[in-house]
Amino acid sequence: MTQDNLLSIRNLKVNFRLESGERFEALKGISFDIPKHRTVALVGESGSGKSVTSMAIMQLLPSNNTEVDPASEILFNGKNLLTLTGSELRAMRGKDVAMIFQEPMSSLNPVFTVGDQIAETLMLHAGLGRSAAKKRVVELLTEVGLPDPAKKAGAYPHQLSGGQQQRVMIAMAIACEPKLLIADEPTTALDVTIQKQILELIAKLQKKHGMSVLFITHDLGVVGEFADDVVVMRHGVIRETGTVKQIFDAPKDAYTKALLNCRPHLDRRPMRLAVIDDFLREGGYVEPAERQRGYLPDDEIILDVQGLGKSFESREGLFGKHVFHAVKDVSFKLARGKTLGIVGESGSGKTTVGLTLVRLHEATAGKALFHGKDILSMSPREFQDYKRRIQIIFQNPYASLNPRFTVGQILTEPMMLHDIGTNQHERLQMARELLERVGLPENAMFKYPHEFSGGQRQRIAIARCLTMKPELLICDESVSALDVSVQAQVLNLLQDLQDEYQLSYLFISHDLAVVKHISDQVMVMNKGEVVEQADADDIYLRPKQDYTRRLLSSIPQGWVNEAIVAA
Amino acid sequence: MSAYIIRRILQMIPTLFGVMLLVFTLFTLVGGDPTYILAGKHLTAEVLANLRAQLGLDKTLPEQFMIFVRQVLTLDFGTSWSTQQPVSDIISTRIGPSLTLTGSMMIVDLLIAIPLAAAVAYFRGGLTDRIVTIACTVAMSISALVYIIAGQYFLAYRMEMFPVRGWGDSLLTNLLVYVPLPLLMGLMVSLGPDIRFYRSFFLEEMNHDYVRTARAKGLSEKTVMLKHVLRNAMIPVVTTVMMSLPFLMIGALVLESFFGIPGMGNEVVMAVNKSDFPVIKAVTIYIALATMLFNLLADLVYKLIDPRVQLK
Repeated sequence: MTQDNLLSIRNLKVNFRLESGERFEALKGISFDIPKHRTVALVGESGSGKSVTSMAIMQLLPSNNTEVDPASEILFNGKNLLTLTGSELRAMRGKDVAMIFQEPMSSLNPVFTVGDQIAETLMLHAGLGRSAAKKRVVELLTEVGLPDPAKKAGAYPHQLSGGQQQRVMIAMAIACEPKLLIADEPTTALDVTIQKQILELIAKLQKKHGMSVLFITHDLGVVGEFADDVVVMRHGVIRETGTVKQIFDAPKDAYTKALLNCRPHLDRRPMRLAVIDDFLREGGYVEPAERQRGYLPDDEIILDVQGLGKSFESREGLFGKHVFHAVKDVSFKLARGKTLGIVGESGSGKTTVGLTLVRLHEATAGKALFHGKDILSMSPREFQDYKRRIQIIFQNPYASLNPRFTVGQILTEPMMLHDIGTNQHERLQMARELLERVGLPENAMFKYPHEFSGGQRQRIAIARCLTMKPELLICDESVSALDVSVQAQVLNLLQDLQDEYQLSYLFISHDLAVVKHISDQVMVMNKGEVVEQADADDIYLRPKQDYTRRLLSSIPQGWVNEAIVAA
Repeated sequence: MSAYIIRRILQMIPTLFGVMLLVFTLFTLVGGDPTYILAGKHLTAEVLANLRAQLGLDKTLPEQFMIFVRQVLTLDFGTSWSTQQPVSDIISTRIGPSLTLTGSMMIVDLLIAIPLAAAVAYFRGGLTDRIVTIACTVAMSISALVYIIAGQYFLAYRMEMFPVRGWGDSLLTNLLVYVPLPLLMGLMVSLGPDIRFYRSFFLEEMNHDYVRTARAKGLSEKTVMLKHVLRNAMIPVVTTVMMSLPFLMIGALVLESFFGIPGMGNEVVMAVNKSDFPVIKAVTIYIALATMLFNLLADLVYKLIDPRVQLK
């Protein structure tokens, strides 16, 4: 069996020395194999050590604070990569083992053309001359399906879309016919339709070139369709290893079960999403009853948006200008205590809709009637009171909290601005209650945002909104940056708050499963326009428009037993 | 591209007008009456009135401003009030020595600071990094006057490596004989902050994902640093350099006066002290023009090294 393995990791232990002098055990002695010509998926959430594993294979961990246990082995074709010299390593990187990364935009050098960056690898490892390399670049770009490859070779990274950039990264990786391709979250930053294309491309190239692929992801759903084996990791330890069928059909480990369940499903909608703790505690997880969704005829409409439009102008030529319509003629109604989900790919205008409603962007057309009053045409003074009643939570929990404010200050500042609470003592008391409500300890009041994890920060952002007792909460990709298990917790929290305070949500996301779970109505947007709008269950079961159908068919289905599909 | 340049040049007109208005207002408001300074001891009403007429100060303010506008349009600022020399003569004879010193100082500074900054950034946290950082901090904490006096005493007077002070007629003599010592003294002050500043640009770039990609390709550390990181780190360096270029014109006052270099520095200080409005006007306008032109040039250079920049 061993001779069939391309890569064997044996007892890999990696520690990081922290600035405080402590050691952080990133990998606690893991072992697994990557067989020849197969795709192995390494699945885990942040902090699981999955990326550390891939960087250890490439020997790209920062040398000044990394300690690899001397007994560890990474055997590639029988040779221990951990004992290679610098030049042996460089000969291996990019030639035998190649890697693609999560953020194609930042992983490409912005000041060189993509053709030059691919040619660099060819000239380094394959010994090609400049013109031969140039010819090969066009062949490679054709192979990865980049439109107009000869012209695109001369383009700079920023001139390509995210999907095209990732195709370039793939072309660069397969340039020297590597035996192992490491793909570290290659589709996480991409739209769902693009994700599907990239996954299919990697699968196709894997078969064609007979490569092995190590596919690293936080999303088990992505894995099912094309991995052969799955390794599930958590906190630097391997929880379970098995074939895709075993992992999806009969997961043994409680954590694997939890991961499979805490992502919202397309076919059912439990009252609460499962969280990891549900599985790790005794008694196991019992799936709760289904939640019914949809608008009812006697729902009170609190927000009625009519013909909303937003255009941006940019200069062109000496005196000309170019008008770009980010949002065109968008109309919808939102009822009290209900959620309207807005889905769309990047550039669909979904975020712009949210921003114009809180007037962070000035709308250029249309009306937004909030309790019958048009909030778009109000004077800033009139709008002041409505600012309190309409709040927004952003995507990036790291960037949207002021790093110099304590949580206590973050929570009490908006209350002071809006004259909520008679004195600071009362406001602090309210802040403490809210922290408890969103599931954070009381001592969080005196800490700074950087001391919290992403999920906790998003809870702080939610608590900050709640201080103003809003009626409408706009969630702009609010759970997209979170791990699936944390995402489930935050979604549950949002649901609890809605049930308790009858809040209305405008839930903006590119993730169709999440939107299906949380929304009563769903509006699909594309290129600034509304494609389709209906009750959540309707739109997913009976999409009317081609675009909606295409979006829905791109959602990763997990592992689908072929026998069932055939029958 | 050409549309962009034309638009930028058109935008300079209102900016320049604003600068003129500001200089004129400030000078008439707080500049004091230059006739008192010029008249010296012969302070009679008649002398004052004559001087006023001579300088054009008897005209109304709008008329005076119109004269200023005409001067800017023809780039002829008349004669200096204090020395009676034509302003254009003063500037054309003084700017050469200043640029010889400040220009060569800037070039040598860049040639030393950029490679050193790249090297210490690469070995960040290590011994090299710490030694250079400490050396920089020490060097920049000492006053320029200490360097100048110590340099003139030890290097020039005692060891006779350089002339103590002076200036020649040919560019070559100046560069080889008179510039080296003041240049060295100037570098002692400027290198420290520059190395630390540029080091931060390199550090910033080295944390980017594309550096990881370059290493994953199997490139050597030298190629990673000198090809991939360097070009990106040069973008902020170019900004800093371009912004400082116009000020090379005013020269380095302290160095010029200690080393007897007939540059702009002395002239500017003297003009301000004597309320010599024509010279002040000329220098301000030239600096404003140079700033605007170099800003435009900086943006064009950006476009050259950073393809992401869009000139709109």
